[in-house]
Amino acid sequence: MNSPLVKHPGLNLGPSHGKDDEAAETVMFGFWLFLMSDAILFGMVFATYVISLNATVGGPGPHDVYDIKSIFIETLLLLISSFTFGMASLALKYRHSTTRLLGWLGVTLLLGLGFLALELHDILGMFAKGGVPNRSGFLSAFFDLVPLHGLHVSAGCLWLVCLVGQIARFGIDREVKLGIMRLALFWHFLDIVWIAIFSVVYLAGLT
Amino acid sequence: MNTNIENSIHPIASKQEERRDFRSYVWGFCLALLLTMVPFALVYWLAIPRFPLLILIGVFALAQILVHFRFFLHIGFKQKREDLLLILFSALLLTIMVAGTIWIMASLAMRMPLPM
Repeated sequence: MNSPLVKHPGLNLGPSHGKDDEAAETVMFGFWLFLMSDAILFGMVFATYVISLNATVGGPGPHDVYDIKSIFIETLLLLISSFTFGMASLALKYRHSTTRLLGWLGVTLLLGLGFLALELHDILGMFAKGGVPNRSGFLSAFFDLVPLHGLHVSAGCLWLVCLVGQIARFGIDREVKLGIMRLALFWHFLDIVWIAIFSVVYLAGLT
Repeated sequence: MNTNIENSIHPIASKQEERRDFRSYVWGFCLALLLTMVPFALVYWLAIPRFPLLILIGVFALAQILVHFRFFLHIGFKQKREDLLLILFSALLLTIMVAGTIWIMASLAMRMPLPM
């Protein structure tokens, strides 16, 4: 990409979108500020988790409550959803039909909901094995970190539904375009946080 | 209106750009998939001792984060200076705060063990 065309980090709409592309510059910079402060929040919760690793006070540890197969499927769902959201961004940028845009957004939403359903299933499985938040410091820290990510994904799904509603009501206007671009950043960001979660929490926990 | 004229002037450039953007997502997806599968496979089949395994998991995670930044978030060195500064400074803060917290608390735990 030529440097004058890159107005902000992330996929740029490009000059063919005229004023919408110009409006994106400040809005997207502001959203990056939010994402980076959210990254700091996640970082501190990660630090809390790591220092609580040994605080199991005789309760269940990582080997007793984590299920690597289900985590692997969750990871794939989130990764594929990142790719399908990328396809939605391209449909927006290159002005494909609204049906195609809605199709990719719909697939992304389903993958997001599938991820949430599996995560809920995992958490209920942990409860059944005695892994409840008030059992030990380790489990409190776990239920601080992983559901915090799940809460973000839920918020992303809700935002996605709202955007689909806006497309139905207003068509693809400037607000909708900027909304989709911000949600795309948010979605890719959550996938990056998940990389840290499956590596630090699950894979490192199961070594 | 304006946009249609520009599109009709550069229809080929736009198609090329679209193919390049599409390829970026496909590359990102394939690399990320590979970088996910390998550490999962290593942990699942337990081929190596714990400490080198932890290092490997860390390296794969870091590589995958960079792949996501490059191919999904399209961050390169052609960003405007303040955008790149924002990301790099946040990464620096994150490193100092997370590493510092873990260091201090680990040191505290070693010097002042809690009764188990």
